[in-house]
Amino acid sequence: MARKLPARDVAIVGLGWTGSILANELTDAGLNVVAIERGPWRDTATHYAPNYAQDELRYRIRHELFLRPAQTTFTFRNKHGDTALPIRTWGAFMPPNGVGGGGVHWNAETWRFLPSDFVLRTHLTQRYGAPFLPADMTIQDWGVTYADLEPHYDRFEYLCGTCGTAGNLQGKIQAGGNPFEGPRSRPYPNPAQQQPFGPTLFAKAARELGYQPFPQPSGNMSQPYRNPLGVRLGPCTYCGFCEWFACANYSKASPQTTILPVLMPKRNFQLRDNSEVTRINLDPSGKRATGVTFVDTSGTEWEQPAELVILAAYTIFNVQLMLLSKVGRPYDPQSNQGVVGRNFTHQTISDCTSFFDRSKFVFNPFVSSGAIGMCIDEFNGDNFDHGPHGFVGGGYMGQVQTNGRPIETTPVPPETPKWGAEWKRAVRDNYQSTLKPGTGVHGSMYSYRDVYVDLDPTFRDRLGRPLARITMDFHDNELKQNRFLTDKFAEIFQQAGAQRVVKEYRQGPYDITKYQTTHLCGGAVMGNDPKTSALNRYLQSWDVPNLFVMGATAFPQNAGYNPTGTVGALAYWSAAAIRSQYLKNPGPLVHA
Amino acid sequence: MTLRRRDLLTGTAIALVGNRLAGAEVIAGKLPWTPDAGTPPTPVKPGPWEYFTAAEGSMVEALVDRIIPPDPQTPGGKDAGCAVFIDRQLAGGYGHHEGLYNLPPFHDGSIQQGPQSAKGPAETYRAALAALDRYCRSQTGNDAGKGFVQLAAERQDEILRGLESGKIKLEGVDGEKYFKQLLEDTQQGFFADPIYGGNRDMCAWKMIGFPGARYDYRDWVTRHNERYPHPPVSIAGRPAWTPGKG
Repeated sequence: MARKLPARDVAIVGLGWTGSILANELTDAGLNVVAIERGPWRDTATHYAPNYAQDELRYRIRHELFLRPAQTTFTFRNKHGDTALPIRTWGAFMPPNGVGGGGVHWNAETWRFLPSDFVLRTHLTQRYGAPFLPADMTIQDWGVTYADLEPHYDRFEYLCGTCGTAGNLQGKIQAGGNPFEGPRSRPYPNPAQQQPFGPTLFAKAARELGYQPFPQPSGNMSQPYRNPLGVRLGPCTYCGFCEWFACANYSKASPQTTILPVLMPKRNFQLRDNSEVTRINLDPSGKRATGVTFVDTSGTEWEQPAELVILAAYTIFNVQLMLLSKVGRPYDPQSNQGVVGRNFTHQTISDCTSFFDRSKFVFNPFVSSGAIGMCIDEFNGDNFDHGPHGFVGGGYMGQVQTNGRPIETTPVPPETPKWGAEWKRAVRDNYQSTLKPGTGVHGSMYSYRDVYVDLDPTFRDRLGRPLARITMDFHDNELKQNRFLTDKFAEIFQQAGAQRVVKEYRQGPYDITKYQTTHLCGGAVMGNDPKTSALNRYLQSWDVPNLFVMGATAFPQNAGYNPTGTVGALAYWSAAAIRSQYLKNPGPLVHA
Repeated sequence: MTLRRRDLLTGTAIALVGNRLAGAEVIAGKLPWTPDAGTPPTPVKPGPWEYFTAAEGSMVEALVDRIIPPDPQTPGGKDAGCAVFIDRQLAGGYGHHEGLYNLPPFHDGSIQQGPQSAKGPAETYRAALAALDRYCRSQTGNDAGKGFVQLAAERQDEILRGLESGKIKLEGVDGEKYFKQLLEDTQQGFFADPIYGGNRDMCAWKMIGFPGARYDYRDWVTRHNERYPHPPVSIAGRPAWTPGKG
């Protein structure tokens, strides 16, 4: 029997980026807020100090900052008829855990999606006609526009101190920035980071080919910064231990370095760590959440009553909690009915490894930050005419090499033996003169009828709950997109003077052991139609109006960018709607 | 839903942070601060094998020295400490799948579905090393009856190539899969921070020019195409900082 706790105004599930933003906004509105976090409390000085944060084996290889699969995992299969098996050790993506969530170990690549990304189906149908889209592609409009989100992107970027060069200021294209981006109301809060040799060489070659390269927007500080909450970040030292790692320098935007110092001392806020929410409780009508139940590490089960419940866990855990709690109709791929589990997506990443003359080139690949790099956006979204190419979608591409950590980044020509004297010599000879971006081609993955999440019939977590089951495979559209983008990407390295460019196309079937990004998206998407979306345009559940669901869970499909900028903007957008509309008149904010 | 209380009490529900048990806490009204709340790594202790038997230890030393052979500038896998690294890793959490999802049922699936073995690497090494030794000793001709360690380097390489390509089958063990794991572990030991037992004297980092744990390159970002001049630093510092400790 669960022990019942005193009621709170708001219960937030997970204290990562979105949980922290919502907690800070709603405590500012005078509400009593509790955040319940599955993992431990973590902070910069105490948990990832600069005398041991730079440990490749511990953090990159053994995954110490991430969720441990023993705690919970997912099952995976490529096709509807296959038997799903558990992901026993992480591969294709890295689910976060603990206070700060993915904000602790992200690269801090802080992009905005294109205006056309938010009205994708309408836009593509108008430009190319409906038959141009594959019949089983289930992309849709978001129900929110770039213009709606712009002020909220701005707030998130100023919270983070994002460093970059604006490409479009109030409609005026700016030299040196991304000319394809939507209009910004004001410049980035900080200038772009300095660029090492590799990105600089890439940008020069891209300009020679007629492209307009620009520095990747970065949450690694180019200079000291004090954010609007009064929290300070220090300058990035280009240490080369950023993504997969926590920053020991207070230089990477994270909940710890931007919000928590303000949130944690508030009298109307409480955090419970090492406590995993097991379900959302509903009243007998099933239309109202009464709070959440969670279990702490001693095994004690607690009930936390609340007026408002906010899911702020990692994408797929939000979906799993909704399925387990019977919120919204589960998606059925056979009938194409139901919404929870629908439009699940990941990413289409590929890379090139470029070998240069070692007597002429020294790249010092270890001098880097998580979001370093020079990029081009000519082949993202619908920035180019897809008509002749027979696919939709795209991605940014760039020399965004984030490290020279030697377990991960010791590239050798592909015909080199995998071991022995020849391998050793090739490692030595190529380390300093090879460019190998982490995610060189950062392609979109659009949604399909047969890619979804449901509950596994066989495998359970340590608490006996069914694991979430992922059914996912690549579709021809994405593989075509990837070939086209990877070829364009390789041309730039050839122009840069590489002796040899090795293209590593993304190929099917989708493989759960090969890391792409941690950008799982969708499963409980936002939209204007309750038949095809689980959430309305304010991230409010259509079925349970006192439940809001944050994060990339709401993306109807994934764009060709990193998601966190949009995740942050949506969190501020939703928080503003809760504060200005919902609290005055609790109930559905949109009547379908 | 009923929670399985017995599972909770047998420890599967206890979160490990580094090697410390973390209890659930209610944190309110403050930014928590406990001195040394984090968990610095524990450097491996020199000395006898912790997991391997003496025979297994010398076999792994011979194996890692073929995977990474010595050359005039840089030691091979054995002198770099790769066998010590693997031994300590197998004796620790890595050896028995600590933190991984290890609940049944166990079925083999497609390659895309990832490893599904119930056995941890420690058990795999034990079985594979024994099977490899049996394979070597069962050969006829000049090397009849010799274990892997007694073979000439060229013959050892031939056997490793056979395992790698799947041409040599080991009894009761997937030799091809095992070789992949051995390769990965050896190379990780070679390049990981020396506190874990491999990369002795930062020899692998010196070989490629990786400066290790320096953590601040602000003055080098814009010095393009210029070789970074400073020697590597480990999490445990540099030998020159602690003379006499080596």
